[in-house]
Amino acid sequence: MPNPAIVTPDIPRAIPRNWRMPQETSIVLVLLGIALIFEALGWIERGQSFLYNPQGLLIMVLRVSEIGLIAVGVTMIIIAGGIDLSSGSVVALSAMIAGSLAQTTGFGRTVFPGIVDLPVLVPVAAGVLTGGICGLINGSLIVRTGVPPFIVTLGMMVSARGLARYYTHGQPVSMFTDAYSAIGNGAKPVAIFLLAALVFHIVLRYTRFGKCLYAIGGNVQAARVSGISVGRNLIAVYTIAGLLTGLAGVVVSARAQTSQSGMGMSYELDAIAAAVIGGTSLAGGVGRITGAVIGALILGVISSGFTFLGIDSYIQEIVKGMIIVTAVIADQYRKRRAR
Amino acid sequence: MSDFTMTAGAVSAQRAAIPLATGLVLAARNIRKAFPGVVALDDVSIDVHAGRVHALMGENGAGKSTMMKIIAGVYFPDEGSLHFKGQPVALKSPRDALNRGIAMIHQELNLLPCMTVAENIWIGREPRSLLRLIDHRALNRHTAELFAQLGIEIDPQALLGDLSIANRQMVEIAKAVSFDSDLLIMDEPTSAITDKEVEHLFRIIGELKARGKAIIYITHKMDEVFQIADDISIFRDGRHIVTRKAQAFDKQSLIAAMVGRELTQVFPKMTVAIGEVALSVRNLSRRGVFSNVRFDLRYGEILGLAGLMGSGRTEVMESIFGIYPADEGELLFDGKRRAIRSPQQAIAAGIAFLTEDRKSDGLFLQLSVGENMQISALRRNCSLGFVRQKRVNESCTDMCRQLKVKTPGLHEIIENLSGGNQQKVLLARWLLNKPKILILDEPTRGVDVGAKAEIHTLITQLAREGVAIIMISSELPEVMGMSDRIVVMHERTVSGILPRAIATQENIMTLASGEPL
Repeated sequence: MPNPAIVTPDIPRAIPRNWRMPQETSIVLVLLGIALIFEALGWIERGQSFLYNPQGLLIMVLRVSEIGLIAVGVTMIIIAGGIDLSSGSVVALSAMIAGSLAQTTGFGRTVFPGIVDLPVLVPVAAGVLTGGICGLINGSLIVRTGVPPFIVTLGMMVSARGLARYYTHGQPVSMFTDAYSAIGNGAKPVAIFLLAALVFHIVLRYTRFGKCLYAIGGNVQAARVSGISVGRNLIAVYTIAGLLTGLAGVVVSARAQTSQSGMGMSYELDAIAAAVIGGTSLAGGVGRITGAVIGALILGVISSGFTFLGIDSYIQEIVKGMIIVTAVIADQYRKRRAR
Repeated sequence: MSDFTMTAGAVSAQRAAIPLATGLVLAARNIRKAFPGVVALDDVSIDVHAGRVHALMGENGAGKSTMMKIIAGVYFPDEGSLHFKGQPVALKSPRDALNRGIAMIHQELNLLPCMTVAENIWIGREPRSLLRLIDHRALNRHTAELFAQLGIEIDPQALLGDLSIANRQMVEIAKAVSFDSDLLIMDEPTSAITDKEVEHLFRIIGELKARGKAIIYITHKMDEVFQIADDISIFRDGRHIVTRKAQAFDKQSLIAAMVGRELTQVFPKMTVAIGEVALSVRNLSRRGVFSNVRFDLRYGEILGLAGLMGSGRTEVMESIFGIYPADEGELLFDGKRRAIRSPQQAIAAGIAFLTEDRKSDGLFLQLSVGENMQISALRRNCSLGFVRQKRVNESCTDMCRQLKVKTPGLHEIIENLSGGNQQKVLLARWLLNKPKILILDEPTRGVDVGAKAEIHTLITQLAREGVAIIMISSELPEVMGMSDRIVVMHERTVSGILPRAIATQENIMTLASGEPL
């Protein structure tokens, strides 16, 4: 603006004429509803508050952070019309590689006895990059060969898990440096997750890259004709999702104080479920990070609520599955009515 | 109705038993069909006789395809009646038509590539063995018998996907015959096959005629019509113009009947100073798609591109824009050679391409008007990857005003806009890039009259500002009204270039049918 005195009158309008409720309103209400149901059941069954339980809530939020980090990346992939099934395995592989470089001296078995007590940046960078490389491989294969993302990432899911096991022949890795373990302390994982969510929320809404992802997911052919380099953007989004998954691997192992090749089992499905509950369309072109964050919270509230009530974990799974499907059916019903 | 009831008594007994040697098989009376915004058929009546080939001819959009789809049960007419073998019929579906003895051989073949030839022919009515399982031996035997009757040499057990296009066409025909149909509808059956295969097809058609079948044959090719047709009906702008015996026509009178409309519509054409050559297309070829295309395009010029469906118009433009790059030939921009291998390179060279199919190649239906409009201009309105949204929105709002886009706001989802407004948004998308060369593929298709006139005015204005424009259109009046010169294509190459002064409907249609002027 050349002259700050001239203020365009219609810029700071309080409520735009076509103001609508934020798209997240309905799932926030669902989240609150579920939480209140558990609150009520908590008083009835156990005579305790479910919500006023800082310890329990922290544990829940920590678990949500791990799934949430992955969900941020997967949401972007799904918006661009793809899918990623490899995240759970990549979490394990990144955890193993980061963990092996985060060990300290003096305690029995170490993976690399020669290199211990490294600065914390080394294992973190190694873990994140491992995820990034897996994502880069996913993206490149999908773009260069034209094989569907479902198949390519299914292959990566199997191979990355195998590599995680082969790395130490199935042995867990532990005895981390204090600095590494500290990553999982307190609310740090939550902060990492929220920061990542904020950054990529901004990327999706305010950058050219973000807008291109929506365009590619909405109509690949039209995106191509509009001059978007579809391949480069797709490789980028798979790589970014890989980096976030690698970061999740670091957080998971730091919090557990150990790296195991069985870690992150079925995390990819929880992340996809979080995205879908949050209103991301598997057909591509539609979705928001904020929705995925709330979706992850819903999943977290459900599992910690059931644990709080002492309900059998098998039954938890049965109900979780039903809730995922119900959420999507309700969403489609709402959209159809809106037309 | 008494004219058409000669076989009414016998119909219920058995279809094959009705003698149809010279009879009237199909009588369509006063058929009318309207789609939103356009009357596709208006008061059309035709008669089709047994043992004769009845050709339907006309330009793109004349109403032939709609007529055929009504006869085949795809569409239900708004008004009028169909009488089949003397009885009034109301066809509920293509399946219903087939069961009554009307079979259509589609232009886009409706066969399943992963099944065998025999399975394709008898799908849904396979011979069953005792346990209600499919009897494959009987299936293949039936197919072999059918092929022997028609003189077709194809292995019944071959996978359909392994057959050539021509052979698939034969399978389609055999399938139609297998229903013991009395009326076969063929929609441009020779559009994708070689001369030798055409001969074979014509032999089969001769065989079908000899058996008393009636055939409706749609084609754009002059030579073919005179070779195969017994009767010719001409359609134009949704109306039936004339039906005569084929011998009563010659090429000139046929073309005259097809285009003989009065030009009443007024186009906002202006005389504009024509500038230097903006784009020179030299010997452009893409194997199997088009060959040896050459023309020059100048600044300020509107170059019309005419040709019948399948002549390769759109494909040439897709190559120039880098969507499917050409194998041979070159493009000169302002006299300098430049290879275009992708839409990005084409955009960088100053080209914009408004695609023919809005839904599949243009719109992002779930996104907003603003997002649809700005997508190609983002590269120019970015700093450090961040979109300068305020500036972009200002130029989008500006475009909406200039192009008179009717929308509640930039946030409206584009799916909720009318066809004309969607088209304006797509046009705006390209104008935001300030192109030097603008390619418009059917810019006014599916657009209401008002928006059409506005788009025409806009095109004229752009030409006056010096933009070089290529306009593909299937509507002859539009091409003639708007263009300075017209490139006519036939059979995947340029068959002639007409200056405005001699660009009459007859001349364009003659070139488009592959005849010399």
